[in-house]
Amino acid sequence: MKYSYFPGCSLKGLGRAYEESLLPVMKHLGVDLLEMEDWNCCGATAYMAIDEAKACVLAARNLALAEKSGCQQVLAPCAACYLVLNKMKHYVHDYPAMKTTMDRALGAIGLSYSGNTPVRHPLDVLVNDVGVEAIRQKVRKPLKGLKVACYYGCQIVRPYATFDDQYNPVSMDRVLEALGASIIRFPLKTKCCGGSLTGTVPEAGIRLVYILHNEAKKRGADCLATVCPLCQFNLDGYHAQVRAQYGEVLVPAVYFTQLMGLAFGLPEQELGLHRAAIPFRWRPGNIEAAKQPVAA
Amino acid sequence: MNNNGNGEIRIGFYICHCGHNIAAMVDCAEVAKYVGQLAGVALSRDYKYMCSDPGQELIQKDIREFKLNRVVVASCSPLLHEHTFRTAVQAGGLNPFFFHMVNIREHDSWVHTDRQEATDKAKALARAAVARVAHHRALEVKRVPIDPHVLIVGGGIAGIHAALTLAGAGKKVYLVEREPSIGGHMAKFDKTFPTLDCAACILTPKMSAVGSNPNITLWSYSEVIKVDGYVGNYTVTVKRKPRYVNEDVCTGCQECIANCVYKEPKFYDEFNEGLGKRKPVYIPFPQATPQVVLIDPQVCLNFKRGQLTDKCKKTCVEACGEKKAIDFQQKEEIKQIRVGSIIVTTGFQAFDAKRIPQYGYGTYPNVYTSLEVERLVNASGPTGGEVILRDGRHPKAIGIIHCVGSRDKKTNRWCSRVCCMYSLKLAHLLKEHSGAEIYNFYIDLRTAGKSYEEFLDKMLEEGIQFIRGRVGEVTDWAMTPEEEGKLILRVEDTLAGFVRRIPVDMVVLSTGLQPHADGQDVRRLFNMSCGSEGFFLERHPKLAPVSTFTDGVFLAGACQGPRDIPDTVAQAGAAATEALVLIDKGYIEQEPNTAHVIETECSGCKSCLPLCPYTAITFDEAKQKATINEALCKGCGTCVASCPSGSIEQYLFEDEEVFSEISGVLGDR
Amino acid sequence: MVASGISSTGRGTAETIMMEITRTIKYDADRVKGFGREIMEVPGCEQLKSCIQCGTCSGVCPLSIYMDYTPRQVIALTRGDFKNEVLRSHTIWLCASCYACTVECPREIRITDIMYELKQRAIHEGFYPRRFPIPVLAREFSTMVRKNGRITELVLVMKLFLKTSWLAALGNWRMGIDLFKTGRLSLASEKIRQPADMERMLAAVDAKKGA
Repeated sequence: MKYSYFPGCSLKGLGRAYEESLLPVMKHLGVDLLEMEDWNCCGATAYMAIDEAKACVLAARNLALAEKSGCQQVLAPCAACYLVLNKMKHYVHDYPAMKTTMDRALGAIGLSYSGNTPVRHPLDVLVNDVGVEAIRQKVRKPLKGLKVACYYGCQIVRPYATFDDQYNPVSMDRVLEALGASIIRFPLKTKCCGGSLTGTVPEAGIRLVYILHNEAKKRGADCLATVCPLCQFNLDGYHAQVRAQYGEVLVPAVYFTQLMGLAFGLPEQELGLHRAAIPFRWRPGNIEAAKQPVAA
Repeated sequence: MNNNGNGEIRIGFYICHCGHNIAAMVDCAEVAKYVGQLAGVALSRDYKYMCSDPGQELIQKDIREFKLNRVVVASCSPLLHEHTFRTAVQAGGLNPFFFHMVNIREHDSWVHTDRQEATDKAKALARAAVARVAHHRALEVKRVPIDPHVLIVGGGIAGIHAALTLAGAGKKVYLVEREPSIGGHMAKFDKTFPTLDCAACILTPKMSAVGSNPNITLWSYSEVIKVDGYVGNYTVTVKRKPRYVNEDVCTGCQECIANCVYKEPKFYDEFNEGLGKRKPVYIPFPQATPQVVLIDPQVCLNFKRGQLTDKCKKTCVEACGEKKAIDFQQKEEIKQIRVGSIIVTTGFQAFDAKRIPQYGYGTYPNVYTSLEVERLVNASGPTGGEVILRDGRHPKAIGIIHCVGSRDKKTNRWCSRVCCMYSLKLAHLLKEHSGAEIYNFYIDLRTAGKSYEEFLDKMLEEGIQFIRGRVGEVTDWAMTPEEEGKLILRVEDTLAGFVRRIPVDMVVLSTGLQPHADGQDVRRLFNMSCGSEGFFLERHPKLAPVSTFTDGVFLAGACQGPRDIPDTVAQAGAAATEALVLIDKGYIEQEPNTAHVIETECSGCKSCLPLCPYTAITFDEAKQKATINEALCKGCGTCVASCPSGSIEQYLFEDEEVFSEISGVLGDR
Repeated sequence: MVASGISSTGRGTAETIMMEITRTIKYDADRVKGFGREIMEVPGCEQLKSCIQCGTCSGVCPLSIYMDYTPRQVIALTRGDFKNEVLRSHTIWLCASCYACTVECPREIRITDIMYELKQRAIHEGFYPRRFPIPVLAREFSTMVRKNGRITELVLVMKLFLKTSWLAALGNWRMGIDLFKTGRLSLASEKIRQPADMERMLAAVDAKKGA
């Protein structure tokens, strides 16, 4: 299994821990991630507020690069990148004028894009290509007793639900269940984290962060598992503001890939767990050590 | 008869202005002048309205005065007035088939924007008609007798009403119902809007009237599996599913139910929407018609997965005693009947609320569908009419969400018409039975019906709350202390202009009406059409609302589109009347445009047999020739075109008629 | 702004509020005729015309509780050609692009895309609140992408605070320290290999508009 890996700006910056945990976990599962050569910003939601066509062209350059490299599929871990790249594909398909614009703009820098490369999310690849059973086989330190609130956020299931249910996505639940974790019922799993409003309109944005923490805590979660760098940043980075306004409602927010790394028994330092502001101290009991005599 | 086969052809041509409909785009006087010069045309006129009485009289007068023996009228579609003009021609003393009609309205004036081109097209079409009509032959309309028996499919209120109407007129009716009892959805309702009469009180007398009427043969737990034939002469095959109880012997005493080895009912009770339980041997509800029990082989201990094992103690058989009504060996029975007309009243299916997961049906136990609530507030329902929630609590606040699976492009696009009114009714009943605060969440309130708006007034007076807004979601995460342990509805109060969160104990989803899942199979069975949404299509939405495109097959009730009880009953009466019209006339007239085999030329190759869409062609083994049943032939022409030896001909479409028409339209080229 | 009446607290002591009144009537002259149709012609916004004003969008929108006009009202105003009201509303800036409305709308109106279109119009026509961070963020974001092809988050955030509010930057100092300590912010600028490619490619998009 080989994928053209599109990190996007966040996985090189605020979401560094996501990349740090994703790469070894995928490698451990035998998934080859080849970082896309010379990728550019996906265009993101901010660019769409300036110019829809340019946002599309930005996204298209990346997919053109992937096609040129000969990789059949693109892996986009950031939810915003995932949405924007997919949205571009829909636009080019639905609106011929958009395709003409894209062809011209890509032509100006000697590239072209057919419009076919699938853009996949790591959860999609894990559940549908790798398989939950293969993941279960790799578990060395089951997450027994860890209560997780699976938080998918908005943009991997909306508006294009391709690999999971729009209202009740379960792919992360299934992966983390295979690691031995207990999944709590979390009705907010696809609610908005506030996006960039946490920074631009804090009163509104921070409240959404608070609601997620508060409900996860009320339901007894030990952590919120996320699939998106912005979700993780909002849930983790604004802890001081949330605490100041709403009190002690905080739950650690980790990337689901970090939990996978822990369960696979990968070296902890390599999973970027130290980068969180709300420390996640829970660790799996080392039952492997107990088993060893039997195995030997 | 003025059949001028050998003599001179004298054609009368008439072009109709149709007010401005044709005259605005076609120069009618110019066309009349042009046609007047064509060979064989003895007279050519333009006239304002040919379909008017003076127009028709003009044709009759001209036939006599100018010794016309062929007539062509260029006007609207033959669908509208071909019959009118044929009758006029006949009244003038000619065979009605010495007439041809040209459509220069739908095919010309309405679809063109250039007057000169439209006029030229009218001339070409007229030329073709004149060329063809010269070859027309005198034809006879044939009569076929009608079988007076009527089949009604579906025993809901529509089927019941139609059956009683026909039986009251002395006609013999077969009423076939798929479920073990007739009554349909109406039997499950508690009260009916807007009068609030008890549904059972007004329905069950009609149900028992069906059961006891000697003119009605009631086959419940049965399905139509095959329909052959044509209007007036249908042969219908019906499958009678085994109840494992002899219907003729069972008295409905229910001793078998009382003595079943299952002491307590424990299986899904269809009639109570699963809110109650039943035993493997059961009667669907107390007033079920027929009053006959049945055994569910899926759960009865004497069966395993539907297969007889004979492993149960069979206490039911003991209890039945001398009557010996229980028959575990019963097999399904196939019956064949002959009827002249069919009324389809198969009703609707309620929208599956799980398709809108945001509303939490199936996730949160206290979210109910409207049909469940009908049973919950019913005195003979599983709680005796007390509003007790699935978790045992009594609700203090209830939210009723309208338009669940209606007016929604992602599920069902149409308005289900009845939900506004039944939601108001349920609001009233829930308030009466529980004293709870009731909120109605609606997009628009559609109370267009006799006394319906007054019913809304009454609800407002009763203090039912109305919030205009489609609920975004039903959830259980609380933001405030008073929301803890409640179901919370988030909605924009669109009239106030802000978003609200409203905590309630019970949510009612007013699910819409949709076609049955197997609607397409039923459609094919009776050779009907469906609209895009899957409801059966009436022949004309205004002028033939209970007819279908198949002669002798009629429709009534919600299988044709969502409708309430008053409208359903009115339609059922109309459909029964349409069937009566056929029966009382006693015969149908058949268009003579049928195909026939020239026996001397038929090579017996059989290639036409599988092509006929109406199975009208059979093979005469003795003669080794194909023969066509004129009563079944619809004149589609498929066999005519496909016959390799050219030995099939069709009246009104004979070679010389068709070829002259073609060379006529092409002019002299 | 809005006309306020007299409100009283729960304890019965009346609190008097100044009663400022404003006329809210709209005249036909207040409309910018053709605005609604223009928006409906934009790819993705076509379904706008089929809105039945059911309010599902507002019901599911997590930010509707802060909006001056609910999303439903924005649709009605757009369709009614009330361009000035729409482009001046806070609503378009509060949209977090979570697509809940788009997914839930029973008329399949892509409300999020309509919000993007309205944001674009507002930015192009200078219709946004002074020192309001969202349009500034969008602008700075696009400038940086155009120049480097990638985003360096720290630089972006600093520019944003400089152009909007120093106070907000000061209020977030704690977070900055957190981020540095955990190695999540770096000043090293992210760039693609041929940044000039970006300019050439994006200019080719504009070439169409000129034509």
